[in-house]
Amino acid sequence: MNPDLKQLYSSMVRIRRTEEEIAKRYAQQEMRCPVHLSIGQEAAAVGVCAAMTKQDLMVSTHRAHAHYLAKGGRLTGLISELYGKADGCAKGQGGSMHLVDWSVGFAASTSIVGGTTPVGVGLAFASFLRQEKNITAVCVGDAAVEEGVFHESANFASLHKLPVLFVSENNQYSCYTHLKDRQPNRPLTDLAKGHGMRFLTLDGNDVLSIASEVQGIAESLRRGEGPVFLELQTYRHLEHCGPNNDDSLAYRPAQELKDWRDRDPLTIGRRLLEKKNLWSDAFEKQLEAEVAQEVAAAFDHALKAPFPERQELGAYIYATP
Amino acid sequence: MRPLSFVEALREGTDQLLSSDSSVYLIGEGVPDPKFIFGTTSKLKDKHPTRVFDMPISENGLTGVAIGSALNGMKPIMVHQRMDFTLYAVDQIINNAAKWYSMFGGQKSVPLVIRMIIGRGWGQGNQHSQNLEALYAHVPGLKVVVPSSAYAAKGMLIAAVEDPNPVIFIEHRWLHNTTSDVPQEMYRVPIGKARVAREGKDLTLVTWSYMTLEVMKAVEYLEKQYISVEVLDMQTVRPMDLPAIKESVKKTGRLLVADDAWKFGSLAGEVIASICEDETINLKSHPRRVTYPDFPSPSTHGLTKYYYNGPREIVAAVGKVLGRELDLKEVSAYQEARVHDVPDQNFKGPF
Repeated sequence: MNPDLKQLYSSMVRIRRTEEEIAKRYAQQEMRCPVHLSIGQEAAAVGVCAAMTKQDLMVSTHRAHAHYLAKGGRLTGLISELYGKADGCAKGQGGSMHLVDWSVGFAASTSIVGGTTPVGVGLAFASFLRQEKNITAVCVGDAAVEEGVFHESANFASLHKLPVLFVSENNQYSCYTHLKDRQPNRPLTDLAKGHGMRFLTLDGNDVLSIASEVQGIAESLRRGEGPVFLELQTYRHLEHCGPNNDDSLAYRPAQELKDWRDRDPLTIGRRLLEKKNLWSDAFEKQLEAEVAQEVAAAFDHALKAPFPERQELGAYIYATP
Repeated sequence: MRPLSFVEALREGTDQLLSSDSSVYLIGEGVPDPKFIFGTTSKLKDKHPTRVFDMPISENGLTGVAIGSALNGMKPIMVHQRMDFTLYAVDQIINNAAKWYSMFGGQKSVPLVIRMIIGRGWGQGNQHSQNLEALYAHVPGLKVVVPSSAYAAKGMLIAAVEDPNPVIFIEHRWLHNTTSDVPQEMYRVPIGKARVAREGKDLTLVTWSYMTLEVMKAVEYLEKQYISVEVLDMQTVRPMDLPAIKESVKKTGRLLVADDAWKFGSLAGEVIASICEDETINLKSHPRRVTYPDFPSPSTHGLTKYYYNGPREIVAAVGKVLGRELDLKEVSAYQEARVHDVPDQNFKGPF
């Protein structure tokens, strides 16, 4: 089955408009937690999730909004969580970096680089032990592969042929530090090769090719053919953490920024739709109106929602049997 | 009931857990190797081939794997032959296992048991003899159990695996060959409850894990001098059964804590602080601690004899808390007669 490009595009627009609204309202200082926006990287999340079912699992990183939404996580759960409200997806205990929605297989995002990588492999290990057919996507950036725990996780996943898709969104920068200052000049996929894994590099801004390729990869994972490392080359438009662009800091060349902004995943998606005669002004108008309404409603809801009760403080030290 | 060693009790408990619950699995470096983690995992791979695993030398990664599998319905038992190696895994233990229930608002907890073995004697040295109980007990969300007998080992292992939270299961290498009566069937020793090992009225002596044995030996020499000591074997150090300690100290008015760990920042200090803070308790004398000195254990047995505490040091400390000169001759003779760097005469090394 071919991925539905209109649906993929719509999903990217929904994530983009949500994060633009977060950026717009952040200065109001009511979302009082760090936010790492995915603007410019939506194609990776949407393309990968298009090939997954709700039974398939995903873990993510500090930059998780797009993954959470693409996997099907509730928008109101995300926005309420950013506002620290009781009906946030983690009841306000987590914030932007700790998102969860088990009902759609979004198992967790956490804030320590590489921290969820072995956890994702463990989710898949449980599926493997019970001989279930679901797969787990482990989202990382380009820096997590510098952590020892990535290699420990990759080694174990490969050893037991676990159904894990490592998705490395390579946006070239860890905070302000370029890949060339952190790693030798060799493809990221060489690391996967070293662990005996299958690997593939794709244009991380081309949602259709990601969705198409991941569909085949997911099937191979379900057949027990062992883990795959997928490098998606992409770029973050805004600052590492926060709602603004940080172009004035000049740690990224102006031409590089311009080139990547020209290759915005939404632009690429729109051109493809146009090429396939699937684009129309009416489609765009309706999509934007629907998304705008949903996003506005989620913010209205979150602003009105109550904070957790005082007794929620310290209520989650131990689970009771 | 029949006598079993601590090792046999752990092995039997693990076997019964694997048999009775298909979500339990066992993993650790050397679990199925010919030494079987000091015998605690003997032949379990033969009996449960799909749920007993050796593992790559990746303590942190595999702790994360165990956590992920626990979130997805499994109940892993992970084992480390020396606690010192778990420092590689502190990120996953503290940032993930301990936090998961809290950071997602109570949606999922991590039912994970991590067995950690403390070494002692036979030249274990700086990096094979650390007791890091206070490090783990400091962290909210972890439970830390410290059984002192074969009976407690089996019962607490079963309780730990059935607990929905991450449990650090600390076993002292010198307890492995000790024996006590152990029921054949599965049973639970509750986590978080102290055991009164001896009733008494003059002084409360709080201890746990291997040190319980040294304390009980000291009690023999104290009773010869008509000193009645109440011994509490804590069994769990987080959550700590403070009500049991308070109840005893209210009765005796005196407190000594014997803790096989460094003094600074120790759990012994935590016990004493908790008692001193309680305005309803009137102590008759200053409380004291018997601990390791505040530096790592050397390797040479020429020096370790001065490092570790035994019944002599405990009797001497009891005397200080009571404000009395006690006769140390007999207990000193006993302590000097034993070979100090092995748990028993059958121990021939190598670790």
